[in-house]
Amino acid sequence: MKNSGWILVLAVATFGALVAAGLAQDELFRAHMFILTLTLGVGTLYLLRTGSFEPAVPVDPDAYLDGPIKVGTVLTVFWGVVGFLVGVVVALQMAYPDLNIEPWFNFGRMRPLHTSAVVFAFGGSALLTTSLYVVQRTTRARLFGGDLAWFVMWGYQLFIVMAATGYLLGITQGREYAEPEWYVDIWLTIVWVAYLVLFLGTLVKRKEPHIYVANWFYLAFIVTVAMLHVVNNLAVPVSFLGVKSYSAFSGVQDALTQWWYGHNAVGFFLTAGFLGMMYYFLPKQAGRPVYSYRLSIIHFWALIFLYIWAGPHHLYYTALPDWAQTLGMVFSIMLWMPSWGGMINGLLTLRGAWDKIRTDPIIRMMVVAVAFYGMSTFEGPVMSIRSVNALSHYTNWTIGHVHSGALGWVGMISFGAVYFLTPRLWNRERLYSLRMVNWHFWLATLGIVIYAAVMWVAGITQGLMWREYNDQGFLVYSFAEVVAAMHPYYVLRAVGGMLYLAGGIVMAVNVALTIKGHVRAERPLVPAAPQMKLAA
Amino acid sequence: MSILDRHDVIERNVTLLLVLSLLVVAIGGIVEIAPLFFFQNTIEKVDGMRPYTPLELAGRNIYVREGCYVCHSQMIRPFRDEVERYGHYSLAAESMYDHPFQWGSARTGPDLARVGDRYSSQWHVDHLNDPRAVVPESIMPKYAFLGQTPLDTRLIGADLSANAMVGVPYSQAMIDNAKADLFAQANPDGDPSGLESRYAKVRVEDFDGDPSRVTEMDALVAYLQVLGTMVDFSSYDESANNR
Repeated sequence: MKNSGWILVLAVATFGALVAAGLAQDELFRAHMFILTLTLGVGTLYLLRTGSFEPAVPVDPDAYLDGPIKVGTVLTVFWGVVGFLVGVVVALQMAYPDLNIEPWFNFGRMRPLHTSAVVFAFGGSALLTTSLYVVQRTTRARLFGGDLAWFVMWGYQLFIVMAATGYLLGITQGREYAEPEWYVDIWLTIVWVAYLVLFLGTLVKRKEPHIYVANWFYLAFIVTVAMLHVVNNLAVPVSFLGVKSYSAFSGVQDALTQWWYGHNAVGFFLTAGFLGMMYYFLPKQAGRPVYSYRLSIIHFWALIFLYIWAGPHHLYYTALPDWAQTLGMVFSIMLWMPSWGGMINGLLTLRGAWDKIRTDPIIRMMVVAVAFYGMSTFEGPVMSIRSVNALSHYTNWTIGHVHSGALGWVGMISFGAVYFLTPRLWNRERLYSLRMVNWHFWLATLGIVIYAAVMWVAGITQGLMWREYNDQGFLVYSFAEVVAAMHPYYVLRAVGGMLYLAGGIVMAVNVALTIKGHVRAERPLVPAAPQMKLAA
Repeated sequence: MSILDRHDVIERNVTLLLVLSLLVVAIGGIVEIAPLFFFQNTIEKVDGMRPYTPLELAGRNIYVREGCYVCHSQMIRPFRDEVERYGHYSLAAESMYDHPFQWGSARTGPDLARVGDRYSSQWHVDHLNDPRAVVPESIMPKYAFLGQTPLDTRLIGADLSANAMVGVPYSQAMIDNAKADLFAQANPDGDPSGLESRYAKVRVEDFDGDPSRVTEMDALVAYLQVLGTMVDFSSYDESANNR
């Protein structure tokens, strides 16, 4: 029977999860293992019902394996909408605290759900999906390892489900962007090593002598994330049948390890990987070669070397020794250069094709993504100057900075890739509607601009109010007064988020209808050029 | 431009690309993080730091579980306004037993590094039950369920052992008496001598005001009340610890 091996593995794993639930040492572990049992059980049943006893059709060893990529495209859109929705909910919770529902839906549990849903579920699925597409097209080779790609795609989704349900139950390591507990971390390590093998194996069997630049970035992203994940999550579990673990490091060493990880989750997960995306999809959509091959070499090596050093800029004026803070500041500012190298290489790829910004909303999305990349990688070094950071740290300015990068760069370049992939993967003539892409573009752009502007004002206001002294030398504002002053900004920020979410929903509808094979009859975005009428 | 031309070699060799990438990304972390474990002056010399009592540790685990760190920092920076608002700037020594650290990155709510002994335990209970009843401007969620949830103490000894394994100086006596010490700290009518012999300056109190049982509220408030109170700043030599 088709998939009989996988069915057996899943069935055994389902039973194993049930046993673990029975033997659990604490109630949270029991609940989490029941969720695992349910998830794996549904997977087993699904495979059983879709299995067939007909002899397997021999696989063409030269054909691309696109099944997991199709699944990944749909999941990227799905997690995107979920992540943005949770973002809007947590934004509203900050404006209207009565929206917190204890214990499962309190802000402290919902916020990791939001960050993980957008970074790891949406961003991670986008990276997995596009990397598997790009590596096949640029090596002209089928993905390595048979069903390995399916394992990586679904294994990663299992990680997301376990992480997300864990947060709501209260299972967390308390490390920002590395919240999943030890057993979920071990599972992610297994999946990630399989991903590395899959990617490397495909590169090894390539039919092109050169490894294309997009693949350098994807490879650096996979390798570095493996290193960061393993080191930052070193911990001793209290019980092998319980949720709790204690990190191997403490205090100041733990802080720098965590922000070495945290900043490079941005640097490699949200930057290097997405640059790989840019290096394939932007030239493809524009129909132009990458602007400069030499610039891509320089900015690749400079970027991956410098990024790793930037972690201490999250810890200025803390108990971290000054030498480490200074080192972090120097490298953070230098990082501006390779970042703009990437931006320049992306934007100038459009030379000779700038008119497409007017006619092609997908190109427009990608260009705005690169522009936001350039903006936030300039803002980052500015905020890494210690005296600027003295004001900005702990305030909403940081939140604004993250979102101009995440919504502007990561979001927009992913949307561009999804719109590129969908008609090609499902063999459709074109997307259901280009006008809806145009709507998505404007909703998202407007949402980001509102979000970022509001958070700048909120953050700087907050920072200045905290340090405001009166003539007598007393602090002017109590902390609670500063909280109250944030209310209008929190409301407006939620509005920005809602616009962005609305754009995401428009995309989901457009992608779903494209997959179903519908084509919307619509006027072209740009009317045909008016005919010149010569006077008789 | 000869060096860039040689890049061709790397582009044709997967192994080389992999190994070089890994080397290049490994350097920064090694240079910045590794010395923190070896330089003697990384953690200041102070008097008064002790491991958390079992009840405080259980409370800390609830603090972590509820994600308090996403809104509250525990790191006072050496600025005039922060020192006046929150107290002495934070030292590395004060979090040397914290696995994981909880310095935080945002101040949606105020810093908590020195919240210990600042308010009464009753204030904390009222505030956690309904923050806006105490601070009208607050946007903090309610945590009333903590007072209704009995503390799960089954693994507290194993919690201490795991901490000892990662370097917290819990003695065998502390591990063996973990559960007894936990209950002793929440019971002002009992005999705290064993607890007090193992942990200096320990606050014994019925933290949640409900003498019938030990709840998660007891544990969390016990933790909040010890935050930032351990180091004896009268004997702290600032200039000797400058780094």
